[in-house]
Amino acid sequence: MTIPVAPGTDIPTKNESRPVWSRGILRALSSRLVILVPYLWLLAFFLVPFAIVVKISFSQTTLAIPPYTPVLEGVGSLWQNLREFSFDNYLWLTQDALYFNAYVTSVVIAAVSTVLALLVGYPLAYGVARAPSALRPLLLMLVILPFWTSFLIRVYAWIGILKPEGLLNQFLMAIGLIDQPLLIMNTYTAIFIGIVYSYLPFMVLPLYAALEKMDYSLIEAAQDLGCTRSSAFWKITFPLSRPGIIAGCMLVFIPAVGEFVIPDLLGGSQTLMIGKTLWNEFFANRDWPVSSAVAVILLLLLVVPIMIFQQAQARQQEQGR
Amino acid sequence: MALQSLNSIRRGFEPWNDPAARPYIHFDRVTKKFGDFAAVNDLSLTIFEREFFALLGASGCGKSTLLRMLAGFEEPTSGRILLDGQDLRGVPPYRRPVNMMFQSYALFPHMTVEKNIAFGLKQDGMPAADIAARVAEMLRLVKLEEFAKRKPHQLSGGQRQRVALARSVAKRPKVLLLDEPLGALDKKLREETQFELMDLQQDLGLTFLVVTHDQEEAMTMADRIAILDKGEVMQVATPPEIYEAPGSRFVADFVGSVNLFQGQVTRRDAGRAEIAGPGLVIHTANPGDAEQGKTVHYAIRPEKIRLSSFPPENARANAAQGEIYDIAYLGDVTIYNVKLDSGQIVKSTVINSQRSADDPLTWGDRAWIAFQPDSGVVLTR
Repeated sequence: MTIPVAPGTDIPTKNESRPVWSRGILRALSSRLVILVPYLWLLAFFLVPFAIVVKISFSQTTLAIPPYTPVLEGVGSLWQNLREFSFDNYLWLTQDALYFNAYVTSVVIAAVSTVLALLVGYPLAYGVARAPSALRPLLLMLVILPFWTSFLIRVYAWIGILKPEGLLNQFLMAIGLIDQPLLIMNTYTAIFIGIVYSYLPFMVLPLYAALEKMDYSLIEAAQDLGCTRSSAFWKITFPLSRPGIIAGCMLVFIPAVGEFVIPDLLGGSQTLMIGKTLWNEFFANRDWPVSSAVAVILLLLLVVPIMIFQQAQARQQEQGR
Repeated sequence: MALQSLNSIRRGFEPWNDPAARPYIHFDRVTKKFGDFAAVNDLSLTIFEREFFALLGASGCGKSTLLRMLAGFEEPTSGRILLDGQDLRGVPPYRRPVNMMFQSYALFPHMTVEKNIAFGLKQDGMPAADIAARVAEMLRLVKLEEFAKRKPHQLSGGQRQRVALARSVAKRPKVLLLDEPLGALDKKLREETQFELMDLQQDLGLTFLVVTHDQEEAMTMADRIAILDKGEVMQVATPPEIYEAPGSRFVADFVGSVNLFQGQVTRRDAGRAEIAGPGLVIHTANPGDAEQGKTVHYAIRPEKIRLSSFPPENARANAAQGEIYDIAYLGDVTIYNVKLDSGQIVKSTVINSQRSADDPLTWGDRAWIAFQPDSGVVLTR
């Protein structure tokens, strides 16, 4: 904007000493810089390491430090470099049913846990969203409160609760509900409990965000037009909270597929999840190339739900005017 | 009396004056308390079938609570609400034969205009073909045929208002409740929509109960208005009655602008009274229930006060002298604030087409105010 100024009058400005063009460049640069930093971060600490993992997945295991044959190193011709590529590790994943089963088990466990977390989290989020507004920050805080303790310790604590002589069994036997301790520890049930417990806040928070901004007069309007309370919920509240449901499910499902700590601590030795398989390949077998291949496949497996998630978010933003 | 002829300004419809008419909606000594606060306090009100009834009051006067109790979102703490003879206590909102148009419109954002309108009909289990026909009819009624497939966020404010209206009348309720139906519209659209609403009410033959804080809206649309304050009814009357014969100082002051003179009743004859106020003696032909010796208020509307630089020719006219203190030119009218010699400031509205060019009054001029004995009313409350 230009302001007409009488000749001889000076308009004092902040950056008087600097020429106009340099200010423009600085501003353009600083706005880019804001985006550049996180991108550089992702490049350095995600993309480059991932490229290295992909590279390792194409090599052969060997007794050396590091324990794999060099691939794409040195300045040989392209053909020579490509010849060093080995798909053996990926073939190996298809030949041994162990890996396929581990992937399937992981996805199934993650999916079941996600549904359970939704069933527990939805009423919780709904309750918080409908609570008196003065009470909501406190209730939200309580949802997030477990994050203040180390994840590992919290999962470890579940052992004390779930083991045969643990708190849960002692309590149930004390009130006479059971006379034999329940065998929950080292079963899939323990894994479900662990995952639902650990990832519940990730389910509750997006659900709360979706439910909280909903206009309550919509429910009244539905009732006014002939809906009972429950049919108003299924026809209005539930469909309108769908973006929150999708976000919450993705936030639970994606990390749950690759979960290692919970199956390792609560699921015992016989549980077959891909995170545990990966750990075994890497640390027990010292087979870096195969474990890299496992990791690459796991990532590809997760890219699909992430893309669905992002698309849903984009659609939601579009709808949000 | 002149006032009586004003009562039936609209289509000779006045069941409230017919002792045989049965009330359609009856609030019978209804009280609603939220904690210690009584939003509605021992309120009784009767509304007749096909009436366009307005609840007018400032925010917090209990008008919305009254509406929500009729819709079933709130239960009265005590008292009964009868609709067409049926006691509504305990009847859930979805079983009440009333529909509400919400202030926020409360359109379902995930449904198209069509689906929004069809929503209530589907709940009733109406056959699909009938629903389609009714929806088409409603869309035609509110002139939104070409917007049937749009979602609410793709519509303008005025269009959304019409969808909300169509959705609430689609079920042909016994009573349509409208909560500030025009509150979110701009002034011009509001004025147009007022007449559309009146036409719609006539065409459908429904009973409308509208809540508003906008007196112009209530005056324009309603057959009768109930003025509410602090959960109580101050007056129920037709718009001309409310304006010309307010029952209390609160109503006189709340509806339109008014000049109030305080004075003592010095003479009380049949059909007339004399009130001695500061600086002027008022003769009135509408003495109300003024009693000799009592201190009362005399209320007169600004447009009934004539302004002139000469004293009135008629010696019996009520008159006082003062100084032009402020002038507000509003286009159609000009408002003069006259500071009387008694110190009281009196408002006089002059229609600009009648403002005489040979008697130009301006700031600081000495001027006379004058009004007829039948122009104002005496208020004892």
